[in-house]
Amino acid sequence: MEWEAVIGLEIHAQLATNSKIFSGASTAFGAEPNTQACAVDLALPGTLPVFNEEALRMAVKFGLAIDANIGRTSVFDRKNYFYPDLPKGYQTSQLFFPIVGEGHVDITLEDGTTKRVGVTRAHLEEDAGKSLHDEFPGMTGIDLNRAGTPLLEIVSEPDMRSAEEAVAYVRKIHSIVTSLGICDGNMAEGSFRCDCNVSVRLKGEEEFGTRTETKNINSFRFIEKAIKGEIERQIDLIEDGGRVVQETRLYDANKNETRSMRSKEEANDYRYFPCPDLLPIVIDEDYIDVIRDNLPELPDARKARFIEEYTLSDYDAMVLSGDHHMATYFETVAKTAKDSKLAANWVMGELSKHLNQNDTTIADSPVSADQLGGLLVRIKDNTISGNIAKKVFEAMWSEGGTADEIIEAKGLKQVTDTGAIEKTVDEVIANCTKQVEQYTSAEPEKRGKMIGFFMGQVMKATGGKANPGAVTGILKKKLDALCD
Amino acid sequence: MALDRSDVEKIAHLARLQIDEQDIPEYTKNLSSILDLVDQMQAVDTSNVEPMANALDAVQRLRADVVTEENNRDKLQSVAPAVENGLFQVPKVIE
Amino acid sequence: MFDKTLAELAQGLENGDFSSVELTQAYLDRIAAEDGKYNSFITVTGEQALEQAKAADEARATGNAGAFTGLPIAHKDIFCTEGVRTSCASKMLDNFVSPYNATVVNKFNTAGAVMLGKTNMDEFAMGSSNESSFYGPSKNPWDTDRVPGGSSGGSAAAVAAHLAPAATGTDTGGSIRQPAALCGITGLKPTYGRVSRFGMIAFASSLDQGGPMTRTAEDAAMMLNVMAGFDPNDSTCMQKDVPDYTADLSKPLTGLKIGLPKEFFPDDLNPAVAQQVQAAIKEYEALGATVKEVSLPNTALAIPAYYIIAPSEASSNLSRFDGVRYGYRCENPVDLEDLYKRSRGEGFGPEVKRRIMVGAYALSEGFYDAYYKKAQQIRRLIKQDYVNALNDVDVIMGPTTPHPAFKLGEKTSDPVAMYMEDIFTISLNLAGMPGISIPCGMTEGLPVGLQIIGNYFAEEKLLNVAHQFQVATDWHKKTPQGI
Repeated sequence: MEWEAVIGLEIHAQLATNSKIFSGASTAFGAEPNTQACAVDLALPGTLPVFNEEALRMAVKFGLAIDANIGRTSVFDRKNYFYPDLPKGYQTSQLFFPIVGEGHVDITLEDGTTKRVGVTRAHLEEDAGKSLHDEFPGMTGIDLNRAGTPLLEIVSEPDMRSAEEAVAYVRKIHSIVTSLGICDGNMAEGSFRCDCNVSVRLKGEEEFGTRTETKNINSFRFIEKAIKGEIERQIDLIEDGGRVVQETRLYDANKNETRSMRSKEEANDYRYFPCPDLLPIVIDEDYIDVIRDNLPELPDARKARFIEEYTLSDYDAMVLSGDHHMATYFETVAKTAKDSKLAANWVMGELSKHLNQNDTTIADSPVSADQLGGLLVRIKDNTISGNIAKKVFEAMWSEGGTADEIIEAKGLKQVTDTGAIEKTVDEVIANCTKQVEQYTSAEPEKRGKMIGFFMGQVMKATGGKANPGAVTGILKKKLDALCD
Repeated sequence: MALDRSDVEKIAHLARLQIDEQDIPEYTKNLSSILDLVDQMQAVDTSNVEPMANALDAVQRLRADVVTEENNRDKLQSVAPAVENGLFQVPKVIE
Repeated sequence: MFDKTLAELAQGLENGDFSSVELTQAYLDRIAAEDGKYNSFITVTGEQALEQAKAADEARATGNAGAFTGLPIAHKDIFCTEGVRTSCASKMLDNFVSPYNATVVNKFNTAGAVMLGKTNMDEFAMGSSNESSFYGPSKNPWDTDRVPGGSSGGSAAAVAAHLAPAATGTDTGGSIRQPAALCGITGLKPTYGRVSRFGMIAFASSLDQGGPMTRTAEDAAMMLNVMAGFDPNDSTCMQKDVPDYTADLSKPLTGLKIGLPKEFFPDDLNPAVAQQVQAAIKEYEALGATVKEVSLPNTALAIPAYYIIAPSEASSNLSRFDGVRYGYRCENPVDLEDLYKRSRGEGFGPEVKRRIMVGAYALSEGFYDAYYKKAQQIRRLIKQDYVNALNDVDVIMGPTTPHPAFKLGEKTSDPVAMYMEDIFTISLNLAGMPGISIPCGMTEGLPVGLQIIGNYFAEEKLLNVAHQFQVATDWHKKTPQGI
């Protein structure tokens, strides 16, 4: 039997406004508990919401970026349920008339083909506060700083068929919202969160299987793992004669598995109705046109430009343009180094390796684009070799500083003085009589490969600082002179 | 529309209201009579009538995205039943 | 001094006949001596009142007095007052000292008014008799065995018993006009969006509106001058200029076109009420007005629509009272659900619980279209009735209530009978238009109210029409025996 997964995603992107969606409290992350929760956020009796214009503008930007219908009239509704981190006892959201209607994004699959994923809708709503369960014995502490932070909930069609497709979609949305500057995209801080609806069915089947919703996934890697795990769990369950239960599951990154939320499974009845404290949001064509005319470059356009402007391969352009921070970083490095190929290799190579190993993102990279650019300049002007540059990069990563400072402090400057190199070459030739004999007695066409040994010896003797081009030339000249 | 006891219990749970056992018959009767009253609406054909949420059919005004609130935690929490380390306290929530 | 209107007291202060401190102290003394009979105040704020009065007198001494400086008033205990208990007449908020002021309260403070205290009301403004108050019912000063009406019953009783020259009220389905009628005072519900709702504890957000409760239309105009106006903190508050509501009071009524909806004079209307209202309309004709019949065909649907919309909104508005951040919290909750259910079950009274449940039911899955949406559609029909009628006439008149004040306890066991008391007032909240109730006669020692309805933002017109009646008659000067 061949199984097929059906995946739909709900992404919650916190909008990067200064103040909350319905109050003048700050949205900054990391403040002391409840110091950014004002009377409105605490739902004090008598308080009322007033809608933040920037949240609206950001939502419209997103709608235009995914080629969606923009709701000319959108309405806030109340979603009623009781939870301690929901101060009003309802979440102000949009059910009946969302700000963003149907749209779509294109994702590139691993085989290079493109797939279109539908976006059902995107609506504005307010974030809830946070419940802290582990600080006090027997009690849960409630921090309402996050309550009222504007969210854009982006709901996809169930168009994805694998964990890889799902991740490509999430990356694409991430790339769009960060490129638009409407979300900082920080998944670790919860600015960009994803709930995954997963079901499985036999290939060729029309009907969807029963789906589960997995919440609480805070990295691209975990999204892929969680979905893969959930697909396997559902297939195993069905093959063992069980059936999938519609439920909400939590992903546990430590155990790499999803588990059922233990909440009593009562059917939710959210009693949605239009919020009478807020009026319909009506926007006209002029409003939309101004936003459209001022949209920043979007990821697809950026990728095309990277291919054109920096002569990058399709793959390199995709990787480098996909993440807004990565793209900006790359462009800064390329411009500083005046070498886009070298910049691409370093950003996708050494830098990405370090980011992955340290489980951090390019936005939080300890090595800035200016620092890396400065390093590449020194490779280009032969001050250091590529290998030495890796050492300098290590130092930059762990200790900071500019390339020049590190090269100076560690004495890593490349030796280009031919006199000094000739001296070392002479010593090596004198010390390695056996290898010199092999070289001279070898057939001329095989000698090229054998020169590597001498090269290694010279580099070893100079601590890697000798200019490799110069060393090769001198070695070849001197060894070939011994051959006749 | 006549409600029965289980309807009232269900609604009370939905609204998170503890209702004394002995009061349930009274609530059941009262709620049923209120629903009878409101059921008079069903006789009217409103199929072509736009629902009216606001008397003036006004539209939402927008607020500038400016932080206007300062930390006022001590004062705002002075009326809270239980606070520890700046956090509102509730009985342990199990997820 | 206690029979003086706000306008007369303002003149007295201006003339130096008495100081605000003297005036305030006199009222505080009278409240202390007399309010035991009426239970019209929940909280009396003597100390703060005298401080405000002192500040007002100082402002006057330095030439900084405005029209309202030093005038004492009372606030319905639904308006949040910083540093003062704001209970909404509920056990739920018995311990709630508001950390902030309602916009209306700020406006009065800025105008130099003195707050005597917070008046009694139906719990969370849900009621037409004041009997749902956690603090016990307020009593009608005309007959203390009778209700003062509700929900702003404490404000009405306090003004009628001369315990305050004026008070604020709120009106969701008649809560200013009905108690004003039953207590023989003047009460104005402004156009929805005219007065800020920020800090006014919400019952039904799309219907609630604050307004003045006074002895005369002139005083109501003075109060509205302070209360009305745009508030950036309330999305539903309209950005519209505030006229001087006292400016047009003296305009003659020659040519005024009055519409009488036949639906406001049903066959079973209390004959004495009908007679007094007809007599008042005759008086208007004598003042130069003409009368014609109009129709508000959907009037009978107002009560059912209201009793879906108001409880639905209330069920959601009152979800915030959960025992977590403020207000009543039950003893020793065993878990979160227990905390919610007992805090709310013990903190709310029966009428509030009833309405929350009606609302929760009406909004629950599968019922939204049949109830809430249907009610919103009927709401439009009702509005259209008024708009059509007011195309032909300047104002609409009728009785404010179908009966004079009823006895305490008379209707408590039958919520639907209680709801029917609001039959003439409720449709106006659904339509969002302004209405005023003024005393227009007496029957068996009890006052009868005339309701005057106008188009959106026609408060000036209503106050002018009401004032002219009060110039010509003295029903508004009648006071209960012993006062």
